[in-house]
Amino acid sequence: MNKMDTLRNFCIIAHIDHGKSTLADRLLENTKTISDREKKDQLLDDMDLERERGITIKSHAIQMLHDQDGVEYTFNLIDTPGHVDFSYEVSRAIAACEGALLIVDAAQGIQAQTISNLYLALEHDLEIIPVLNKIDLPSAQPEEVTDQIIDLIGCKKEDIILASAKEGKGVADILSAIVHRIPAPEGHAEAPLQAMVFDSIFNPYRGIEVLFRVFNGHIKQGQKVRFMNTGHTYEAEELGVLKLKQDKQEAVYAGNVGYLTSGIKEAKEVKVGDTITAVENPADKAIGGFEDVKPMVFAGIFPVDTDEYEELRNAIEKLQLNDASLTFEPESSAALGFGFRCGFLGMLHMEIIQERLEREFKMSVITTVPNVSYHAYLKSDPEKLVLVTNPTEFPEPSELDHIKEPYIRAQIITKADFVGPVMNLCIEKRGDLKNQVYLTSERVELTFDMPLAEIVFDFYDRLKSLSRGYASFDYTPMDYRETDMVKVDVLINGDQVDALSALIHRSNAYDIGKKICSKLKELIPRQQFMIALQAAIGAKVIARETLSALRKDVTAKCYGGDISRKRKLLEKQKAGKKKMRQVGNVEIPQKAFLAVLQLND
Amino acid sequence: MSGLYFHIPFCRQACTYCDFHFSTRRQQQPAMVAAIRQELQQRAPTGPTGQMKSIYLGGGTPSLLSLSQLESLLQAAQANFSVDPAAEITLEANPDDLSLPYLKQLRQLGVNRLSIGLQSFDDSHLQLMNRAHNARQSRQCLEWIRAAGFDNFTVDLIYGMPRQSPKHWEGQLAALAPFKPPHFSAYALTVEPRTVLAHQVARGTLPAPEEETVAAHFDYLQQWAAAQGYEHYELSNLALPGCRAVHNSAYWQGQPYLGLGPGAHSFDGKQRYANVASNPRYLKAIQEGQPTGTSEWLRPEDHLNEYLMTRLRLDEGFAWADLTERFGSRWAQFVRREAQKHLKAGRFQEAAGRLFIPAAWRFHSDGLAAELFALQPTA
Repeated sequence: MNKMDTLRNFCIIAHIDHGKSTLADRLLENTKTISDREKKDQLLDDMDLERERGITIKSHAIQMLHDQDGVEYTFNLIDTPGHVDFSYEVSRAIAACEGALLIVDAAQGIQAQTISNLYLALEHDLEIIPVLNKIDLPSAQPEEVTDQIIDLIGCKKEDIILASAKEGKGVADILSAIVHRIPAPEGHAEAPLQAMVFDSIFNPYRGIEVLFRVFNGHIKQGQKVRFMNTGHTYEAEELGVLKLKQDKQEAVYAGNVGYLTSGIKEAKEVKVGDTITAVENPADKAIGGFEDVKPMVFAGIFPVDTDEYEELRNAIEKLQLNDASLTFEPESSAALGFGFRCGFLGMLHMEIIQERLEREFKMSVITTVPNVSYHAYLKSDPEKLVLVTNPTEFPEPSELDHIKEPYIRAQIITKADFVGPVMNLCIEKRGDLKNQVYLTSERVELTFDMPLAEIVFDFYDRLKSLSRGYASFDYTPMDYRETDMVKVDVLINGDQVDALSALIHRSNAYDIGKKICSKLKELIPRQQFMIALQAAIGAKVIARETLSALRKDVTAKCYGGDISRKRKLLEKQKAGKKKMRQVGNVEIPQKAFLAVLQLND
Repeated sequence: MSGLYFHIPFCRQACTYCDFHFSTRRQQQPAMVAAIRQELQQRAPTGPTGQMKSIYLGGGTPSLLSLSQLESLLQAAQANFSVDPAAEITLEANPDDLSLPYLKQLRQLGVNRLSIGLQSFDDSHLQLMNRAHNARQSRQCLEWIRAAGFDNFTVDLIYGMPRQSPKHWEGQLAALAPFKPPHFSAYALTVEPRTVLAHQVARGTLPAPEEETVAAHFDYLQQWAAAQGYEHYELSNLALPGCRAVHNSAYWQGQPYLGLGPGAHSFDGKQRYANVASNPRYLKAIQEGQPTGTSEWLRPEDHLNEYLMTRLRLDEGFAWADLTERFGSRWAQFVRREAQKHLKAGRFQEAAGRLFIPAAWRFHSDGLAAELFALQPTA
């Protein structure tokens, strides 16, 4: 049984590349949690994809023991995912802690993502230990960044720890600050069990491993437990704490962090934020803050080879086993055949799923243009919400009473020089400026309310390029607001291509319709006949382009030395054509289905 | 039925559009002739059996060889193979190399067909292509050829030149008409990578051929040839009845041929063999008794695809019975299935048990042939 006064639960808040993983590694080394032999860079990121992208996709936790002035302390470091798509998971990880290390890169200063996570931590009353990292970099500006930190959290200059995680500088100070500044957890070991789920991990041999923080009471091996929000009950088959490897225990007590296995097979059965209690002598209420996370972005995923539908289903089902936030249902498209309508937390999540399908399951897939989910209300029953997650479900305009779309609150931090262009972009994207704060004379924080649909395509890249990379961006979901969307269809030689339909705000429809047509003209190869490319709202054509017919498709010479080379060239050409999709008699390359995403290239 | 090809890798100067293998360093010419003779002797024992129906001296510019060098190559062929006494023996020649006495001597060596790199009757086009001859020489050599007693010869023309109007192309064919060549080739100018022409187009000093115009030239060629009594038997080759090229037809009929000299290709019915396209490396390989090139075995799909690709360049296409006999009925059915949609659209036609591409779609022959290809699962 842990004594609560020597327990410390904390997380690390940092922007990508500001040194979170490196610092975590140093803490693990300094507390001898890992030996040199076990050391791998960025130890906590164990998925290949994470390692490559340098970001942590799924959160984990690790326990270490630290001797401070002759007293042994138990630290639980709870790792948080580093991207806005996973902001709910971040909030639950934060809720499991009493303190947070705020890491700021001494060269780059505070970034938007740092701020939004910091606000989350402040909301949960976490004790913040600011750490100025990478002080040894030649480009470091410790004084300026120190001022930014003081402005932001209102701490004293002496509270900021100077560190270089890479060089191991400042690590002892950090360990000591964790002991002295972060409060010990509170709670009653003998009260009814209340433990909050902050993550779950899929283990192919043991099923789902649930990660939790005990707030009250204790959880024992063999105990019957109930997940209060889902209502499921299980037997705690095995539990323990999370050292470098799982460390089996008889029980985990109030204040501590642990894992639990009970033969749960699918990740979606376990909801992050849920409260575990005992079946006998249960807690009378669940821990607050539980939300059933809903996907925000939807797109169709189709197999390139239509014969691989079943294989795709298998692959997506397997992905869902360890990624509860992924949703899917079968979808059929006249242009793309059978596939799945998938729901994602955000754009990064969508990219990750796409890449995992390709890497882990060797599937080649076509992903259609993503859209957000809309709340439609029909004239027949203006009170009843109709969820629209696919342009094909968009109601007939004549039947529509009104429609709402999801809004987000966006935080952008950029250099003062780029405020003008960034504002123009956000306003073009139907953003509403809510706040503008000069963090320093050089750095500005802009707050916008924006429709989520507008950042789904063509936002990040433009933001990045117009600010020459000097803009960081983060957002939190807000609410649904009334809007005026239309469904823009694409007709190729008069045939409507369902997979190219997009839901677009009426004010942009003409402009985007025109751009879609000209982009398609670029992406569809010329064929043996002329092709008309049209964009239409209902029966009304709003844009048109013509792709002229191919007039020559033969080489002048074919003699002894040409045959083999020419054959290979034509075989390649046919293989490429086989991957195309047929609409009427027009062959459409896969990349054309994402035309809408690249309108400004 | 087989053919013998000699690649003579030398030119007086480089034409801007040409991507064949050649060198303008002609001091190696004697050594090269000796090396090609040696390659012939080395490969003859494992080479094609049966009678040689054709010998073709191509290049490069074979008319740069001296008469004795030509004679030594032809003698080597006669000594190592059984050459049909009626074999077609073609020499590629440039107008600037020809004179009446030289032409008469060629006939005595046994050359019975000439392929003239005439390209154009317009001086400005000849200069643009960096040809060594002028339009007057173009006309003159055609008169001499007749005078020397050659009744079998072919002429190369190029259309789709930068800024060439349809009228201009009509004028070129009109200039050819009085000579009534038994055979001629008309090639659409092609911008091949790593040529002077490609460089000029990339830099914008010359416009790339315009597809619409080139297609219009081709349409006119088809009409004109039919009116003049030519059979447009291969996409770029036209002949009066009975005057088709024997040697080149072998390429389109999938018959075996032995190619000698740097950059030459051979086909024995099963594998393709390509000699190294470099004069020094070729000479070194011959000297050291090393292989002169690399071979490629054709898989069944490759055979089928090559069959489709070459046959569909011909006006007669292929006979279903022939396809079935060569590849079996399952593949014949596969091809038929793939052809169906295009048959309906009129891009293929069928008559007398043959599948072919009608005139209106011949300028799409490669693309249409590829539609019928069988792909390896990995391709």
